[in-house]
Amino acid sequence: MSVANRPVHRPLSPHLQVYKPQLTSVLSILHRATGIALSVGALYLALWAICASASPATYATFQSFNTSILGRIFLGGWLFCTFYHLCNGIRHLFWDAGYGFELKDAYRSGWIVVAVSLIATVVSWIAGLRLV
Amino acid sequence: MNSDLRTPLARARGLGSARYGVHHWWAQRLTAIALIPLVVWFAISLVMMSGADYGAVRAWIGSPVVMVLLILTIAVGLHHGQLGLQVVIEDYVHGDGSKLALIVAVRFIAVLFGLAAIVAVLRIGFGG
Repeated sequence: MSVANRPVHRPLSPHLQVYKPQLTSVLSILHRATGIALSVGALYLALWAICASASPATYATFQSFNTSILGRIFLGGWLFCTFYHLCNGIRHLFWDAGYGFELKDAYRSGWIVVAVSLIATVVSWIAGLRLV
Repeated sequence: MNSDLRTPLARARGLGSARYGVHHWWAQRLTAIALIPLVVWFAISLVMMSGADYGAVRAWIGSPVVMVLLILTIAVGLHHGQLGLQVVIEDYVHGDGSKLALIVAVRFIAVLFGLAAIVAVLRIGFGG
């Protein structure tokens, strides 16, 4: 093995557990977590369309889960993940464009994301439950 | 002896972790921008249909504008999700084989569910 190809055991960068949680890091982790949750949720929503196209009986089975407590939590959770990932995603797009990197701005946009996604979630929960 | 006259840096530039250069990054942003209006529309629609029965849901899915927007949401959303999951896998799965297997599995599942959902929407819309 040549010198260049020999594996180098460099020290690893300290990982999550080393740091004190901060708004910026918690929101960053939450962005990834909600992204993973939404990917699973997308499969569930695909199943919704598939069941609707199948037969009334299939759809009724699917709906009986949606209207159960677990289903309500699932769909309510999906709404929060959606609004959070949407708001924080827009925050990321501003960063991509080169804006909002100052620590003060990062915190302010972070709190805006928290507030907007929570308000949107609560409003849609109330609206949804009133329509049921 | 190294037959490549380029420096290691020159070879690495523009490749990125999955060797697709900036394509992945760019696709993730484009799908993200497209999803902003689509997801807002979809989330509001879903909430509005909380009490809808089978017939009402089918009537909604089957209207032309909704069909187009739903198919867009399904395709763009699953593409965006698959791109995101790929990054997560690349970050946390270190074995080359398992990394590749997972990325391929995620992509296959996304295409399978996406296509099935699109066919379902078309079936409802065209009265199958």
